[in-house]
Amino acid sequence: MADKRPMELEAGWSLMRRGIEKLKKLLENEPEESFTAQEYMTLYTTIYNMCTQKPPHDYSKELYERYKQSFSTYIAERVLPSLKGGSGEFLLKELCKRWTNHKIMVRWLSRFFNYLDRYYIQRQNLSNLNDVGLLGFRDDVYNEIKKRTKDAILVIIDQEREGEQVDRALLKNVLEVYISLGMGNLDTYVRDFEEHLLIGSTAFYKRKAAQWIEEDSCPDYMIKAEDSLRLEEERVGNYLHINTKPKLLKVVEHEVLSTFEMQLLEKEQSGCAVLLQDDKKEHLARMYRLYNRIKTGLDPVSHIFRKHVESEGMKIVNQAAEDATAKKEKDAGKPSKEGGAHEQQFVRQVIELHDKYLLYVTECFANSSLFHKALKEAFEHFCNKSVAGATTAELMASFCDNLLKKGGTEKLSDEAIEDTLEKVVKLLAYISDRDLFAEFYRKKLARRLLFDKSSSDDHERAILARLKQQCGAQFTSKMEGMVTDLQLARDKQQQFEEWRTNQNKSLKIDLIVTVLTTGFWPSYKATDLALPQEMVDGVEQFKEFYEASVKHRKLTWIYSLGNCHLKGNFDAKPIELVITTSQAALLLLFNDGEQLTYNEVKERLNAGDDDVLRLLHSLSCAKHKVLLKEPPGKTIAKTDSFRLNVKFTDRMRRVKIPLPPVDERKKVVEDVDKDRRYAIDAAVVRTMKSRKVLKHQQLVLEVVQQLQRMFHPDFRLIKKRIEDLISREYLERDKEDPNTFKYMA
Amino acid sequence: MLRKVRKTTSRSAVTKDDNKVEAMFQGYQDPSGDTIGPEGVERLCQDLGVDPADRKVLILAWKLGAQRMGYFSRAEFCSGCRDMKATDLTKLRAALPGLEDEVAMPSAFQSFFQFAFRFCLTEPRQKIIDVDTAVQMLQLTMPHEAHLPGFTQFLQDQTEYKSINQDQWTSFGRFAQEIRPDCSNYDESQAWPLILDNFVEWCLNHK
Repeated sequence: MADKRPMELEAGWSLMRRGIEKLKKLLENEPEESFTAQEYMTLYTTIYNMCTQKPPHDYSKELYERYKQSFSTYIAERVLPSLKGGSGEFLLKELCKRWTNHKIMVRWLSRFFNYLDRYYIQRQNLSNLNDVGLLGFRDDVYNEIKKRTKDAILVIIDQEREGEQVDRALLKNVLEVYISLGMGNLDTYVRDFEEHLLIGSTAFYKRKAAQWIEEDSCPDYMIKAEDSLRLEEERVGNYLHINTKPKLLKVVEHEVLSTFEMQLLEKEQSGCAVLLQDDKKEHLARMYRLYNRIKTGLDPVSHIFRKHVESEGMKIVNQAAEDATAKKEKDAGKPSKEGGAHEQQFVRQVIELHDKYLLYVTECFANSSLFHKALKEAFEHFCNKSVAGATTAELMASFCDNLLKKGGTEKLSDEAIEDTLEKVVKLLAYISDRDLFAEFYRKKLARRLLFDKSSSDDHERAILARLKQQCGAQFTSKMEGMVTDLQLARDKQQQFEEWRTNQNKSLKIDLIVTVLTTGFWPSYKATDLALPQEMVDGVEQFKEFYEASVKHRKLTWIYSLGNCHLKGNFDAKPIELVITTSQAALLLLFNDGEQLTYNEVKERLNAGDDDVLRLLHSLSCAKHKVLLKEPPGKTIAKTDSFRLNVKFTDRMRRVKIPLPPVDERKKVVEDVDKDRRYAIDAAVVRTMKSRKVLKHQQLVLEVVQQLQRMFHPDFRLIKKRIEDLISREYLERDKEDPNTFKYMA
Repeated sequence: MLRKVRKTTSRSAVTKDDNKVEAMFQGYQDPSGDTIGPEGVERLCQDLGVDPADRKVLILAWKLGAQRMGYFSRAEFCSGCRDMKATDLTKLRAALPGLEDEVAMPSAFQSFFQFAFRFCLTEPRQKIIDVDTAVQMLQLTMPHEAHLPGFTQFLQDQTEYKSINQDQWTSFGRFAQEIRPDCSNYDESQAWPLILDNFVEWCLNHK
């Protein structure tokens, strides 16, 4: 029969004590057999009984206390003494051992006393048995030795940093103590270990970095920095808590990378600028990787990059300027030639520079927008400088012209041409005077189209398409119009010939007329050149035909753009001369065999001095001397006289006599300036019309914004245009606030 | 007829002054028209004891609301003199110093300053005055202005502007009021006309 009497506390406790002692022996590795199931049951049941007995024999409270006490006793007896006086690795090892033991003890004892967990602790809102066990260790052991332990750990870590092999598992286990004793959060770990780790690491890297920065080159320093980061990251993986990772890496970044950033980048023999100079892409890539970790860390790097690209660009500009002046001195006195080799080289070098550093941005600098911006700013800086009087806009237009025309100096495959044209168009993004480029391009395009000098229709169309894409439809609309005009002109010519057949009108000469739409083409001076009768007849006929076929159009004849095949019956043999209309008109003055003075020529031709000089020079002082000059020489004086050279001959049957074109630069710049004034006016009026009332600064900003795709308007110019518009009563100043304008409808 | 004649006393007072003023007017009236022409103006100035180019004459023109330089119409002269209660030459002469004081007041000065510019627009549809005239006018309207000597010199040195328009004139008036003699509080990013930007730049170079 079961014993119905309640168990007394001491009686029950003596049973428990026996079990506890047994456990202790097991923990101390003393010879002892492990618990049998029976023994376990007994212990468990004893507790159970003592807790479920009716009061006053309900001993839950006492048992809970004694449970707690068991740990304290054991710790005081065995654990603390073993840890006392220990230090370094020995301490850590012992701690681990004791901790492991403790955990076992807690596990077993809490199982014995398990019934308390079910009801008592919940009813009384107390810590559960597991926690009590841990807290016991924390309060009695951990708090005693935590400082010594932490010091020991840090020493070992520093040893590992210096390259020694250490027992990582040991460290991991020790730190597990810190973590576990946080009872659910990491505060203990952070406060008792991590904070000290971070302080120690800071000191360590401060020292190291100071040493490295003195001794090492920039690449070597960076390699060490990279290694440090890698090693610390590994350290976290090996034995630190994962939360420590960002903080620890931040320490390294700060001490090694941030603190000495400027010193590192500006190192004389090996800093960032030098690396760029020496094309050390690998090191630059590392630099990017490292400083990308730090907020605004890349700003100085991108700054140095920009300066470098700028200076490389300026070198090209200055070199080209020198070459140009040297050439000018050599060519002094000769009529100006366009498309000089050095100009081609300039653009080519700029393209190459761009390719090179774009590659840097994509390869070393991970395509970062910060570096794209630096590249852009650098190019914008030097691409807007002039080279010996010619703006980059003009040089680029000349470059394109050279690629697109027949007989250009560049002999490239179709693919290479397409590729180069694409790159030139991309460079346009850096030029602020895009309207200037457009105008030069248009002028040269006109010459290519009219003198049939374009080498490939496809290339012409391709570049127009690209320009349209890059700069907008407005940019290329006129040029496209030009190309279309030629097509239409061919049709019109055919109609002219049919009309002549129908009307039975004949001409002494073959006449081909090209009708151009004024708005699309650059503006040309219309001259009143005196033409020979045969040509005049042709012009009159065409006029008649044209007026019959279209209404409301006015024809203006631009003879300077025409060309002519003139057969000269020279003494030796007849030779066909391929010349401009103006040259032909001049030559035909000599058809009667007379000698004419300069002034007579000028009067009969009805042209200005500039033109007459050029024409005469091309016919009498150049390679093919169709006219004889009296006195002979290389330059034309207004006192000279001229005679047809009947003895002229050449081994070819057809000879081309080129007429060097007038330097159009001044006119283009003037035209563009004029267009800019209109553009600014239009932008101001447009803005005021929509806003009605606007402050001066805002108006200026709006206008700049609207126009920036084509050019960067000068503030003063905008002010001037505004004043002009005020006097033309488009806007007025506000009476109250003179800084505000009002639109006048 | 009798009904119309009421308040005989006041009416006859007005009529009496009217007549006096009218008489004064006729003393200088141009024989060809209903105005006092340049010759009449010159005589008037002589009688008033002032030089025709004197500032006082310009102020008088302003007070009379004269539309045309060198001419006073009957309406302008008569109603203007009536307002000033200047029924004869003595009274008119005596009123002149008072006019100078009147014009020194800020609001009256504004009106006077603007008047001076418009007064120079002699041709129909004329909108600008040449630099020399502008300088003269500035001298007459604001003889004590600190910026004036500098501005005069600047206008003579520079070649970009051959004439001054209303906006520039008005702006200079504002400039004189707001900007310190050393131009230190001038901000060229504001909507000052370009000519004044140039002037300030000139000032700084000529310190």
